[in-house]
Amino acid sequence: MKVLTLNFLTCAVKACKSTSAAFPLHPKDCELVSDTLEANPKLLFNILPRIDWNALIITASELGFPTLPPTPPTPEQLENDPKMMQELHTLLLETQISEGSLVCANCSHEYRVKEGIANFLLPNHLV
Amino acid sequence: MSRPEDTLPPDLHYNDAEAKKYTTSSRIQNIQASMTHRALELLDLDRPSMILDVGCGSGLSGEILSSVDPSEGGPHIWVGMDISASMLDVALQRDVEGDLMLADIGQGVPFRAGSFDAAISISAIQWLCNAESSEVSSTGRLSRFFNGLYASLKRGGRAVCQFYPKNDQQRTMISGAAIKAGFGAGILEDDPGTKNHKLYLVLTVGGSEAEGNGGDITGVVKGMEGVDVLDARRKHREKGRKELKKGSKAWILSKKEQMERKGKVVKNSSKYTGRKRHIAF
Repeated sequence: MKVLTLNFLTCAVKACKSTSAAFPLHPKDCELVSDTLEANPKLLFNILPRIDWNALIITASELGFPTLPPTPPTPEQLENDPKMMQELHTLLLETQISEGSLVCANCSHEYRVKEGIANFLLPNHLV
Repeated sequence: MSRPEDTLPPDLHYNDAEAKKYTTSSRIQNIQASMTHRALELLDLDRPSMILDVGCGSGLSGEILSSVDPSEGGPHIWVGMDISASMLDVALQRDVEGDLMLADIGQGVPFRAGSFDAAISISAIQWLCNAESSEVSSTGRLSRFFNGLYASLKRGGRAVCQFYPKNDQQRTMISGAAIKAGFGAGILEDDPGTKNHKLYLVLTVGGSEAEGNGGDITGVVKGMEGVDVLDARRKHREKGRKELKKGSKAWILSKKEQMERKGKVVKNSSKYTGRKRHIAF
């Protein structure tokens, strides 16, 4: 599972829908793999405004990545800075969680991740 | 013809053997590919986007999403949800590019608001009409799914869901649930009346109204060749707008029709209906 996807995932439990603590999910005991993907600047420009930057900073620090700047780069900055573009590409798209679990900070439900597939099936009483 | 939906729930129906069969059958592959291309055409994406694949299965449609040519706005990245672990296992073996999630779409779509540019679903949402236990209802599952989908799409986003309804009732149930969730919904029917007729539920999330498209399927198919638009709402609107003069022939006929619909006994209409009498003196 890509770090980018993690930036969009929230807890699926019904009681967590209205709380802000349900996002982002916190990775726990995660094994990371790196997958080489072709850089796609257009895609980055398209999704950049939708990334929750604060959540990304939290995720990056929890996964042990170097600290990100406190504010998201503007498209112009990104265009003029190929190194930053490459770093973002590596973090968001190439870094993948292969094993471990994702924990909701609100209800502390653990979503297992196996072979890169997160298990979001819930028992009926939580839906 | 037997429907797999009638036999078992999807997570049990698509076991290892069935998932393998589904993915290796060249006939299914071809049908899936053509439906995915049709759905992409309806989505009309012009730049690399983030797409949600609902019921992604073994990633047959996802594969096409990640291989869209850069000149046509691709390649897209996608996140796939499916309830069948065996199907996802096949997807892993096929080494698809998108992210996979084991999730039941009837339990909602666990993404924050405005995550995706578009959503695609090939032959999946009819499974929502089945409720496997007494704790869940099909209407509840449908509404949870469409509400979640509506929230996770960005404004101006679109979703195209190809589905196989069992009957007209299921078809109205599904499109009704989508409309209730707030979507601008419409159904595109390909090759109607033939054996391989396909239904696409085209959903839009606000936004496009400003471009004069009406913000729903009629805007989506505008400019496409060979599409007849049947807008039930327009007929209704026009009918409502025209005020009939009380006592006129058209008024009498409409009243008679109304009474007939209520089940009352109504005299037959003839050329004399609503005609003025002669002045006797």
